[in-house]
Amino acid sequence: MNFSLERMRRSPVYYSFINNKVAMVSAAILSTLLLVSILAPFIAPYDPWDQTAFDIMDSEYPPIGSSGADDRFLLGTDDMGRDMLSTILYGTGISIAIGIFATILQAFMGISIGLVSGYFGSRLDSFLMRIADIQLSFTTLMVAIIILAVFQAAVGLNSYERYALLMIVLVIGIAEWPQYARTVRACVLAEKKKEYVDAVRVIGLRPMRILYRHILPNTFSPLLVISTVQVANAIITEAGLSFLGLGMPITKPSLGSLIRNGFDYIFSGSWWITFLPALVLIVLILTINLLGDWLRDVLNPKIYK
Amino acid sequence: MSLLQVNNLEVEFPLLSGKVKALKDISFSLDKGERIGIVGESGAGKSVTAFAILNLISKPGRITNGSIWFDGANLADMDRDQIRNIRGNKISMIFQDPMMTLNPVLTISTQMVECLQAHRNLPEAEAKKIAVEKLRAVQIPAPETRLDQYPHELSGGMRQRVVIAIALISDPALIIADEPTTALDVTIQAEILQLLLELCVNFNVGLILITHDLGVVSQVTQRTLVMYAGSIIEQGPTRELISSPLHPYTQGLIGALPEQTTPGSRLNQIPGVMPSLQDIPEGCAFHPRCTLAVAKCQHQIPELKGKTSRLCACHLVDDADA
Amino acid sequence: MFAFLLRRFGQAVIVMLVISLLSFSIQDQLGDPLRELVGQSVSEEIREQLRDKMGLNDPYLVQYWRFLKNALQGDLGTSYFFKRPALDVILDKLPATIDLVIAATFWILLFSIPVGIFAAIHPDHWFSKLALSLSILGISIPVFLTAIFLIYLFAVELGWLPSYGRGDTITLFSTWKTSLLTLDGLSHILLPSISLASVILPLFVRLIRSEMMEVLESEYIRFAWAKGLRRRRIWFLHSFKNTLLPVITVGGVQIGIMVAYTILTETVFQWPGMGFMFLEAINRVDTPLIVAYLIVVGLIFVVTNTVVDIIYGLVNPTVTLVGRPT
Repeated sequence: MNFSLERMRRSPVYYSFINNKVAMVSAAILSTLLLVSILAPFIAPYDPWDQTAFDIMDSEYPPIGSSGADDRFLLGTDDMGRDMLSTILYGTGISIAIGIFATILQAFMGISIGLVSGYFGSRLDSFLMRIADIQLSFTTLMVAIIILAVFQAAVGLNSYERYALLMIVLVIGIAEWPQYARTVRACVLAEKKKEYVDAVRVIGLRPMRILYRHILPNTFSPLLVISTVQVANAIITEAGLSFLGLGMPITKPSLGSLIRNGFDYIFSGSWWITFLPALVLIVLILTINLLGDWLRDVLNPKIYK
Repeated sequence: MSLLQVNNLEVEFPLLSGKVKALKDISFSLDKGERIGIVGESGAGKSVTAFAILNLISKPGRITNGSIWFDGANLADMDRDQIRNIRGNKISMIFQDPMMTLNPVLTISTQMVECLQAHRNLPEAEAKKIAVEKLRAVQIPAPETRLDQYPHELSGGMRQRVVIAIALISDPALIIADEPTTALDVTIQAEILQLLLELCVNFNVGLILITHDLGVVSQVTQRTLVMYAGSIIEQGPTRELISSPLHPYTQGLIGALPEQTTPGSRLNQIPGVMPSLQDIPEGCAFHPRCTLAVAKCQHQIPELKGKTSRLCACHLVDDADA
Repeated sequence: MFAFLLRRFGQAVIVMLVISLLSFSIQDQLGDPLRELVGQSVSEEIREQLRDKMGLNDPYLVQYWRFLKNALQGDLGTSYFFKRPALDVILDKLPATIDLVIAATFWILLFSIPVGIFAAIHPDHWFSKLALSLSILGISIPVFLTAIFLIYLFAVELGWLPSYGRGDTITLFSTWKTSLLTLDGLSHILLPSISLASVILPLFVRLIRSEMMEVLESEYIRFAWAKGLRRRRIWFLHSFKNTLLPVITVGGVQIGIMVAYTILTETVFQWPGMGFMFLEAINRVDTPLIVAYLIVVGLIFVVTNTVVDIIYGLVNPTVTLVGRPT
C-alpha cells in the first residue's frame, strides 16, 4: 500500500471530512483532549497522585469566577484538597488509556479468532462462534462488575489499587472480543467467496499469508468503524465501574472515580467536584461517537447501521 | 383513441455530481388491449419509463418534462390521491423478483384483499371470493388454501402467479410488467409468459412488457420499442423488427443472439459498452460502437421517424429512405 | 411449538447449571462462612470441628451438589448481613426493581416508536434531525450521569422531585409491593425511570429509524405503492411489521444491559431494589447474597431471552419455532 499526502488529499474520505463541520470540530476537540492528557504530567499544575502534595485545608474551593475561589486552583479543589484541573487532566488520561488498551486487547483477540474461525470454518468455526454467542449474551458491564467485585474482595484493597488498571483492561478486553471476531469473520466469509482467493490458493500461497496479505486489508473499513464504538463503550463501561467503586481507586482516579467522589457534594453545594469531570467525560464520549458516525457514513453509507 | 399516450417524457436524476437525464424525449402510445415490449440493455431506461407512468421513480429522480395521457387525464400532473386511484386499479405493475415483491410477513389473502379494498368498498368475504377467482385464473392449484399462506411457503413460479393475480384483481386496463420472468427458472419462464399472454388476450388488457430478452418479446408482444441510453431508437411490429431490424444497434442485438451464430464460431458481440447516463457522447449515442457510423452521426442526434409503423432513429436509415 | 420450547428449556437448564457452577465457585473463594457465624474468638480446633460438621471440608463436587440441591428447593443460603434467607431478601427487593424496569420500558416504547417511525418517513424534517442529534447526545451520556444531572436539576436546584428512595407503596396480592399506584410513588419513580431509559431510548430511536428506512426502500414496499394502497397502511402495516423483526432481536439483547444499568441507577437514587442490594452486598462481602443475586439474575435473563425468542417466532412467519427458518 503506497501512501502519499497528495493521494490522501484527493481521496473521497478526506473530501467528506473537510466538508463536514461536525467531524472536523469533533476531531479537533478529541485531539486536544488526547494531547493534554498525554502531556498531563508536564502541564498539570499539581501532581494529584502524590498523596502528600495536597492539604485537606484546601478542600472544596470553587472554580475561578465564583466567590470564595482561590487563585492557586483554576477549577477549584475537591473534598480532599486536590486541584480539580490536575485531577481532571490525569483522570482523562486514565479514562482514555483504559479505553484504548481495552480496545486493542479485544481487537487483537477478536481479529485473530475471527480470521481463523472464518477462514478454516467447519467445527473450529462452530465451536468458537458458540463461545462468542454465549459471551455476547452476558453484558460486559455485568460480567465486569462481578469479576472486579470478586477480585476486590479476594485480594483486599491495597493489592486491588495496584492492579486495578490492569484488571479493568483485561476484563473489558476479554469480554468484548466477540464483537471484533464476528465482524472479521463476516468479512472473511464474504471475501472467501470471491475469486481472487481461489486464484491465490491455486498459486499455492499458504493460508496465513492469504489471510494477512489479502483478506485482512479488506476488513479495515468495518473494523475501523466498530473500533470507535468500542473505544467509546470501553470508556463508558470503565466510568460506570469506577462510579460503583469497582474501577479505578480514588488515589489514581479516572473520570468515573472523580464523579463518584464528588457525588455526595452536589447536595451541599460543591457542584464542581462532580460536574467538571462529568463534562469532560461527556465531551470525550460524544466526540468519539460523532467521529464514529461520520466514519460509518463515509466508509459505507448502507452496510453499517 | 389510444389507451395510453406518452409525449416527450423526460426524467432527471439530480445527483451530487450533476443532473443526469435518464429519459430523453420519450414518446409512444398504446391502444386498448395492445401488447408492446420495451427492450434494451440494463441502464437504457426501460424500467425508468415503466415507473414514470405511475410516478414511482425512486427518489431523487423526477419527471421534468412531458405528459402521460391516460383515460383523459395527464398522469404526470396528478396529485397524490388521483394517482393512488390509478395505481393497482386502472394500471397495475408486476415487478421482477416475486420473492422481493411480496411482503414476507403478510398472508397472500391480506396482500390481495387490500388491493381491492383500497379502491372500492367491499366486505372482506366478497373480496376474498374475487381473490380466489383470480388465483384460479392464473392457474394456481387449490386456490382457497393459498389465502392463508405466506409468500415463503410458495415456489418461485407460484409467487409470480400470485403477483399477476394481484395485478389483475381490480380488472385494470393496462399491466406494466418489468422483467417478470428474469428471476425465474428457465422452465417456468415460458409458462408464466404464456399465462400472461392468455390473460391479456382473454381480458383485453393492455400490456407493456419490459425485458432485455428478445426471445420474450417475440413470444408475447405485438409491437416493440428498442431503447438505448435513455432514448427510443427503433419501434415497430415485433415480428418485423426482429426479422429485419433497421437500426444498427437492433441489428447488433439480433446478431448477438446465440441462435444466429454457427456452432463453433465466436458469438457476435457489439463492441464496447453502453455509455453511462453521465457520459453520453455527442450526436447519436450509439455512434462510438457503430460499425456503420459516418461523420454526421458524431454531431447530429438522429430523430425517431419513419413511414408507416416502423420508426427508427438513425441517419443512415433516414438518408436511405429519402 | 412444543419442540421449540423443549429445546429452549434444555438450553436454559444448561445455562443455569453453568451460572450456578460459577456462582458456587465464587462462594467458595469469597469470605469465610465460619468467621461470619462464630466470630474471631473461637479456637482453631473448634473451628475445624465446625468446618467438618458444616461439610466445608468435603470434596468440591460434593459441596457443589449440596449447593444445587438446596438451590432447587429454594434455599440459596443465609445472608450474613440481614441474617435472613438470601432468597427472601432478594424477593423482598425484586418488586422495586421490576417497578423501575416497567416504568423505564414505558418511556422507551412511548417515545422511541413514534419518533423512530417519523424520522424514517421524514428524514429531512427538522424534528428528525433534532431527534437524531439528541440521540447521539443521549448515547454519549452514561446512565449514572443522567441520573446525577436530573437529581441536581430537579431535586437540588428546583426541589420539585425527591432525590432518593421509593416513596409510598401499595401492596397487591398481599405480597407484592408496588409504588406505581401512588402519587408519591410516582413522583419518586419519575427521575430514576427516566435515567434508566435515557441510554436505551436513543438506541431504539436510531435502530427503528435505520431499520425502517431500509424497509421503506425495499421492493415489496414499492409494490405496495404500485398497488395504490393508502400511505398509512404502507407505513404502519407493511413497513412497521418488517421493522419490528430486527428491533425485537436487538431489543432482547438490550434487556440484559438494562439489568446492569439498574445497578447503576439504583445506586444513584438509593432505590431499594435488587441492584442496590447487590452493590451493598459486594461492599459487605455478603457472599450468600451475592451468589443468590447472580442465580436470580441469571434466571431472569434466561427467561426473558426465551420469551423474546418466542415473541419473535410469533411475529415472523418465516420462522417455524423449531428454531430453524424453513
